[in-house]
Amino acid sequence: MITSESPKGVELLNQLSKSGDGKPPLGCMQCGLCAASCPLGEAMEFPPRKLILQAAAGNLEKLLQSPSLWMCVACYTCSHRCPRDIELTDGLWPALRDQAMQQGFQPPAELQETFENVFKYGNTLGKSPRQRMDWAKDLDVRVLDLSKEPRPVDVLWLVGCYPSYYPRNQVVARAFARILTELGVSWGVLGTKEKAIGECDRMFGEEGLFETLVEENRKLLDPQRFEKLVVLDPHAFRALQNFYPRFGAWYPVEHYTTFLAERLDQLKRLLVKPVETTVTYHDNCCVGRRCGCYDPPRSLLELIPGLKLVEMVRNRDNALCCGGGGGGMWLDAHIVAHGGHRLSDDRVRQAADTGATTLAVSCPYELSRFEDAAKVTGLEGRLVVRDIIELLAESMDLGERSNA
Amino acid sequence: MNIAVVIRQVPDLIEPLEVDAAGTALDLGSASFIVNESDDHALEQAILMKEAGGGTVTVVALDCGDVDNTLYAAAAKGADRIVKIALEGDPPSAQNAAVMLAEAVKPLGADLVLVGVQAHNELEGVLAPLLAAGLGLPYVGVIRGVKAGAEPGTISACKEFPGAVMARLTVKLPAVLGILGADQPPRYVPVSRIRAAMKSTQFEEQAAAAADVEPLVAVRRLAPPAPAARAEMLTGSEVEVAARIAAILAEKGLVK
Repeated sequence: MITSESPKGVELLNQLSKSGDGKPPLGCMQCGLCAASCPLGEAMEFPPRKLILQAAAGNLEKLLQSPSLWMCVACYTCSHRCPRDIELTDGLWPALRDQAMQQGFQPPAELQETFENVFKYGNTLGKSPRQRMDWAKDLDVRVLDLSKEPRPVDVLWLVGCYPSYYPRNQVVARAFARILTELGVSWGVLGTKEKAIGECDRMFGEEGLFETLVEENRKLLDPQRFEKLVVLDPHAFRALQNFYPRFGAWYPVEHYTTFLAERLDQLKRLLVKPVETTVTYHDNCCVGRRCGCYDPPRSLLELIPGLKLVEMVRNRDNALCCGGGGGGMWLDAHIVAHGGHRLSDDRVRQAADTGATTLAVSCPYELSRFEDAAKVTGLEGRLVVRDIIELLAESMDLGERSNA
Repeated sequence: MNIAVVIRQVPDLIEPLEVDAAGTALDLGSASFIVNESDDHALEQAILMKEAGGGTVTVVALDCGDVDNTLYAAAAKGADRIVKIALEGDPPSAQNAAVMLAEAVKPLGADLVLVGVQAHNELEGVLAPLLAAGLGLPYVGVIRGVKAGAEPGTISACKEFPGAVMARLTVKLPAVLGILGADQPPRYVPVSRIRAAMKSTQFEEQAAAAADVEPLVAVRRLAPPAPAARAEMLTGSEVEVAARIAAILAEKGLVK
């Protein structure tokens, strides 16, 4: 047990622990498994173990000013391994960041810009809300905009910020639209009305911004009639599953990997074209380690004719994070400036070590993170990064036809 | 020290700008608005000076371009009073805005008036010096940071000249400063504080003073720039491309 606690620290930790799922941080026995497991722990002034120790001792000022407060990329390894089940990732880190901002300490500049973009424009990229449907321009399947033509659907697909705006991810959005259509489900989107779900804002302690997004998203979702929400972004899945219900907003939500894995028989008949390649799969942290869902993405890959699936040494609950979670997408410069490194660089090397020529992913952040990492590590040309959706669409022979 | 800060909203350039049906002005109905960047710096500078030496910060703004959200954010950052000037019809020209803002700033009796040095939509003169003229106060622009002066009733301002030459000026108060940049970038305030400010902040609303300056500029036609000739893409080996670049530079007379 922590022995150096101060009344101020105890009060703070009790107050903070109300926001998490797990046990209160005061149950920490200082075993250090968290700090040793943290992929950026070596570079942190206060890795998780010391974070709890300092907070319990009431040494807040030093803690809230430390650059290491902004170095957690929400990989959930510490929370997953903690023998006392203390909720570090979802509980303590965001709560301390919230405290820091409330006390006027400034978050890293890159992150401020992302927060401002989400607040002003409803997307992390700072793009015009009016251009949110540009991904579907000239698409060869019909995209039903439920904000204009509300009607009951099986699936309300929340496209997400990156798939809506970022050119590399737009390819995935287009492929997913074709797959949904091919499967014969009735589906629609929220069009230009769609807004960020806000997981990264919540994880980085911007509780007020997250609350605003929950309110706005409820106004958009509550009038719609749908069987389930489907998301491409594992972070949005996590937020809708765990954080939205805390505001009384319950929605049936599935990540696309589980949604498609429920339709293996139907998919199998549609996978007509062999994809002759050796693939290794990167487990994203939210659907993987946090929710324990490892088999559905693999069952999709194994279904593709010609495709050979091999595993990295670090897989499933031991997978290394891409470094982009919980706002880490906008913290590479901060992390590197304070002695850390890009985890995605390590991860593509691990992928290449398997002999695979394709790294399959199931999170919008990972495409650009791993493609950049492949360039930095000299693996460009040897390792291709593709979303599972792209591999499925290729095997279903649903190419980018509309631009041809 | 009591500081007045003037804040303006300008069309947000993330949206494609559209020209109105008459072809002589922007279609503001299709635009979205954000705070003018150098005005945001003026506010930050005022808050920094208040934090360092006490006093009050009063924000003055014309009610156009969804200004409320910007004013709530200003309150969340630490502005003490917010004066909002009601408008009828289209946003005024810089000349008319200067008259309206000067009339609102005068009764505040501020020691120092800070305003952004420029805005991207200024067509008929620059607001900052026009405001100083309207107030009958001295003006100095392109200021990059302000602190309290050595003598009472003065401030020390850093002014930027071309060629990265910086001057440290002592300015007697009262005065108007055109701010290019604050001593630090505009701060981030958590949204929870902006939401709290929305509940607690009372704007001091007042009617705009009559302003009828004759337009100095008549716009005959406004249009997006037409693309000129397309770029020529060079193909081939490195040697061929390099030779072609050298030839182009010679053709244009850029190298001998």
